[in-house]
Amino acid sequence: MDWTDLIAQCLVTGVANGLIIALIALGYTMVYGIVELINFAHGDVLMLGGFLVLTLISACGGEQASPWVVLPIALVAVPAFCAGLNWSIDRLAYRPLRHAPKLTALVSAIGVSFILLNLGLFWGGLDLAVFDDGRSASAKKSVPDLLPFSNLLGDDASVLITLKDVLVAAVTLPMLAALTWLVQRTSLGRAMRAVAQDPVAARLMGIDTDAVIGRTFLIGGALAGVASVVYALYNGAIDFQLGYRAGMDAFTAAVLGGIGSLPGAVVGGLLIGLVRAAMETLVPNGSQWSGTVVFAVLIVVLVFRPTGLLGSPLREKV
Amino acid sequence: MTRPSRAQVAWGVALAVVVALPLLDQALPARAALTERVAPILLFAILGLGLTVVSGFTGLLNLGAAAFMALGAYAFSILTCPIYPFQVGFWPGLVAATVVGAGAGALVGLPAMRLRGDYLAIVTLGLGEIVQDVLKNLDVITKGTQGINPVAAPSFGPLILPAAGRHYLLLALVLAAVWVCVALRRSSIGRAWEAVREDELAARCMGVATARAKLGAFALGAALCGLGGGLYASLSNSSLDPGTYDFGRSVIILSIVIVGGLGSIGGALLGAVIMVGFDTILIDELAKATSGETGSERVWAQPGNWKFLVYGLALVLMMRFRPDGLLPAHAPGAAR
Repeated sequence: MDWTDLIAQCLVTGVANGLIIALIALGYTMVYGIVELINFAHGDVLMLGGFLVLTLISACGGEQASPWVVLPIALVAVPAFCAGLNWSIDRLAYRPLRHAPKLTALVSAIGVSFILLNLGLFWGGLDLAVFDDGRSASAKKSVPDLLPFSNLLGDDASVLITLKDVLVAAVTLPMLAALTWLVQRTSLGRAMRAVAQDPVAARLMGIDTDAVIGRTFLIGGALAGVASVVYALYNGAIDFQLGYRAGMDAFTAAVLGGIGSLPGAVVGGLLIGLVRAAMETLVPNGSQWSGTVVFAVLIVVLVFRPTGLLGSPLREKV
Repeated sequence: MTRPSRAQVAWGVALAVVVALPLLDQALPARAALTERVAPILLFAILGLGLTVVSGFTGLLNLGAAAFMALGAYAFSILTCPIYPFQVGFWPGLVAATVVGAGAGALVGLPAMRLRGDYLAIVTLGLGEIVQDVLKNLDVITKGTQGINPVAAPSFGPLILPAAGRHYLLLALVLAAVWVCVALRRSSIGRAWEAVREDELAARCMGVATARAKLGAFALGAALCGLGGGLYASLSNSSLDPGTYDFGRSVIILSIVIVGGLGSIGGALLGAVIMVGFDTILIDELAKATSGETGSERVWAQPGNWKFLVYGLALVLMMRFRPDGLLPAHAPGAAR
């Protein structure tokens, strides 16, 4: 492989991973934009979604499951599950703290994240073939390869593009379009933007802010659900700790793009995906440092440009 | 002379019990091993006090306490392990661990001066991950995931401390940490911290050097965490794997101060007893009690696997129903 092929491959992997990160990052950025809360549990909602994907595959026949049966079921059931979960978390853990100091809700979110983490550990211990019959619940669970791993560019092409890469783009791009339409064109979207701008004024204008915030969690959860289907099929393995890692990547993407900004989350996601792919393919020993680079990006952006690339300047409210 | 308050009596009794533990150990059968099991509680009390200074007194949420602990543990291990040329001994190693912690805290404190609360929390979290990665990947120096061992055991000069001696050493360090926290809280520095916590803008307007106050809080908190890390390494006779000092560990330390009461010194001690006692005593006993049963290889049948759920629930429920903790720093209803 020469340099151009290597870079082309890096772009393919980076964009595919970046689109998944972007889907997750949207959930962080929407919630932050509207209630100024880092929803720490978001990554763990994604993780539980991944376990539901694997359970559904198992119910549809495991290794023999047809992708044309599993995919439609998963793409409806998993987002619905994650949306309901995210909404319930807000209802039970965050909504009662809406008027408490900001750090109170953040600590609560960390607590929720740990609860979900533990539930994921237990889920991996279920007595199913896909979970190794429940032996060593904390181990990585491999997701059966439902999609063929053949190169769409032909067997001797030097750049690998598989059906998985296509699946990622085919699922995430319409989601991004639908979300943009929802936020820009519908009355719910207008209400969300109003609450994000000024919750008190929005309430005075007759907007049911609690309901709007609840729906924001619902939408963010659904996006995480879609992301978990794509994540599980694309990466081929899940474990109960993936929520923390994927969540931190996505949160970094949201901050990099400018937290609260939807296009920013997508740009940030793509950048983080590309940075990781570049570290893993172009830099020797890069994969063991790619996490450090992502966190360094996070810290540098927060310290020197807390509004990110596309965010609007935030004023501290006195 | 006034009569001691109920709280004073309670703390006196608690102190007497802890002082008497080695004697109790002699009286009880060997499997009780009280001092050994209380050691983590005393150790985490020091870490909890460190976080109390930063997050409690000054209101800066630190999600990377374990990182400062890791730096202390590795500084201690590198300076005392025979495979390195330093071999400075227990006490110089412990001082170095504290100083390294303080230095790292001051470094983190620099960006902290300009960050909002939740962003600062994330920066400390990111820092914790970077420290772990660096310790893992620089295996030429840190031995990677194997950890560094053996390291210096707690000692006075040539005398290696026996179990009871270790117990009193830990207790003395906890009391010293408590004294530092109490003294500083009453000083002008402590009042500056409180002013920053309650309203940073107002504090600045009143002439409080907020940047210096935050920097000082971070350095002192991290120094206590570094000290705790050095002690941890010494008691474990190893720096342990970098993964020991992960986010989960930071959250355990956070849950100690949250359950006890953010900013409350007594609360940090009580929190350490509850949260760490749950981990090292209750789970241990439950595991012993259930290990005989058949079919208990299921993941939820092992009490240790419920840890995250319990820590998570503790955080959520405390925030919801008792955000000031079990021993609030301020009496309920008092002017804030």
